[in-house]
Amino acid sequence: MSEPAPVEVHDVTVAYHTKPVLWDVDLTLPGGKLVAIVGPNGAGKSTLLKAILNLVPLSSGYVRVFGKPYNEMRQRVAYVPQRESVDWDFPASVLDVVLMGRYGRPGWFRRPRAADRARAEEAIDRVDMTAYRDRQISRLSGGQQQRTFLARALAQDADLYLMDEPFAGVDALTERAIVALLRELRKNGRTVVCVHHDLQTVPEYFDWVTLLNMRLVRSGPVDEVFTAENLHMTYGGRLAILERAATDYLKDARGAARGG
Amino acid sequence: MIDFFDPTLRNVALGSGVLGVIAGALGCFAVLRRQSLLGDALAHAALPGVCLAFLFGTHMGLDPKQPLLLLGGALVTAWIGTMLVLAMTRTTRIKEDAALGIVLSVFFGAGIVLLTLLQKGGATNQAGLDRFLFGQAASLLPRDIATMAILGGAVLLTLFFYFKDFQVLVFDSAYARSLGLPVRRLEILLTSLIVVAVVVGLQTVGVVLMAALIVAPAAAARQWTDRLGVMVLLASGFGALSGVAGATISATKRRLPTGPTIVLAVSALVLISLLFAPRRGIVWAAFRRVRTRRRVRLENLLKDLWRLGELDSRFDALRAITDLMAVRSALPATMRHARNAGLVAVEGTGIRLTKAGLVRAAAIVRNHRIWELYLSRRLDLADDHLHRDAEEMEHALDSEVMEAIDRALGRPTTDPHGRPIPRGVPA
Repeated sequence: MSEPAPVEVHDVTVAYHTKPVLWDVDLTLPGGKLVAIVGPNGAGKSTLLKAILNLVPLSSGYVRVFGKPYNEMRQRVAYVPQRESVDWDFPASVLDVVLMGRYGRPGWFRRPRAADRARAEEAIDRVDMTAYRDRQISRLSGGQQQRTFLARALAQDADLYLMDEPFAGVDALTERAIVALLRELRKNGRTVVCVHHDLQTVPEYFDWVTLLNMRLVRSGPVDEVFTAENLHMTYGGRLAILERAATDYLKDARGAARGG
Repeated sequence: MIDFFDPTLRNVALGSGVLGVIAGALGCFAVLRRQSLLGDALAHAALPGVCLAFLFGTHMGLDPKQPLLLLGGALVTAWIGTMLVLAMTRTTRIKEDAALGIVLSVFFGAGIVLLTLLQKGGATNQAGLDRFLFGQAASLLPRDIATMAILGGAVLLTLFFYFKDFQVLVFDSAYARSLGLPVRRLEILLTSLIVVAVVVGLQTVGVVLMAALIVAPAAAARQWTDRLGVMVLLASGFGALSGVAGATISATKRRLPTGPTIVLAVSALVLISLLFAPRRGIVWAAFRRVRTRRRVRLENLLKDLWRLGELDSRFDALRAITDLMAVRSALPATMRHARNAGLVAVEGTGIRLTKAGLVRAAAIVRNHRIWELYLSRRLDLADDHLHRDAEEMEHALDSEVMEAIDRALGRPTTDPHGRPIPRGVPA
């Protein structure tokens, strides 16, 4: 029997206070792919990641990770939050931060053991940060901070990686290093889902793309879904989404087959 | 003279030291979570609890000054106050600062009313409750200290066991949740520990100034270290030091209120840390700035002398200081600095590069021109932008970086403006 899909999102709606951010999103992401979540500002991309991670309450719908609720599968999932979401002046070294990737494991008092330390150092090496291992995190460049976050996720040794804008504000060298890392993960059968902002690089970096603008616009292989028409539908403002909804509604009313 | 064998004084020092350790350690987490004001609010919110516990004790025929009773009351209202703040920010649109302000003033107001009623009501035994306002370490009895030590020990033990969880919680709580840590419960636990730390200090420091003992040692410790574990230890030490110092002074000198004295002691530590801590300290930063400026001026002087040399190919010729002033201001202090460093020789109204000065000047000019070339080739910057950028970078680039750039450019001989890149010192 083949393994259930890494991510299934079923009719999920999320609202902050009364303002909806995600509307009735329904999608399945396949295993072993590099997936980009793309859409304009305020489209709910980060919220979708957080919904998968059970970090925001769902107004309706449910999420399955490898066929089970997130809490049963979280050992297999690693999260890379947006770099700006934390205070980098926090008193910690690169190694301290990467070791956090090992805290989710059960253990007496959760003191890191030698094995955890070895995993953390290996992860630091994979993102080429060994020279900065003991450096305070505020004295890193943006790219180095992003690598630190990636190393922390790698230390979790997960099967599904959810990354919120890993390419934001990093130098060209780091961007290439991250791409190489993503490909290596894919080669090992891991699934990586990235919120991504740079439309130009989507076809080069990713296999699968999810176009989002509060509602799901399209989700599928890049060469099928990443078309000018679909992008226009995603970025053409909410008006375009409403138009499509209206068309679909009329089609339904006429009893015509719904366009995919 | 201070006599540490005096049992009262020993109590005072011991109690304040214990308190300082607890407040310092927990304060680190309060400060890093940007919840410094929470300590203040919940200290004030403890006052009605003390009064109510006293009333309760009197009515039940207990010893109303039993420390466990009073601290228990303080714990209850401080904890209620804290949970109110959390609930308000979570369920309404009231922001945290406003919620803290509301809780602080409402609870403190209630506490003052109760305190006044108790005193007016002539409760026979009420004397001494007002020490909870500004603190009176001299009133500490051995049983008070035992209570503080037990509570404090429990707090520190919990902190030790949950240290890693609190670390990731404070740094990145969304990530902590993604790991499956019980973030909501950890938050409540951490806040409760801070509540206990505050309540333990009430009798010694008083509700009005207790927040300072939470915030100040942590702020001072942060200046000296970049590691959380070290910061917690340092803050505990600072807390203990200022606690003992402040309480001892207040107990020996005309019975000063202890809270303000401790606060003054810890403020001195904060001041020293802000000024003198390496790297983050104001004095060192200013010192580094001055040193950099001196170096930049020195290098500019050498570079100007080199450029004058390029005009007539006599690099070590004597130049009139007035000529240099036309190029750029040759400051007397800079010339003195350069002469003392053996880089220039001053002869009457003239100045010339020495052997060492020539070497250094050539290196600076080389850096400047290689950097210009690098910018123009690799970044396609317009020629008129090159000079200003190179002017800033030539002082900052280290030799390793320069060597790498030089190699990458294939050891060029001229800069983008066609001027020669010096390779060594002219004979």
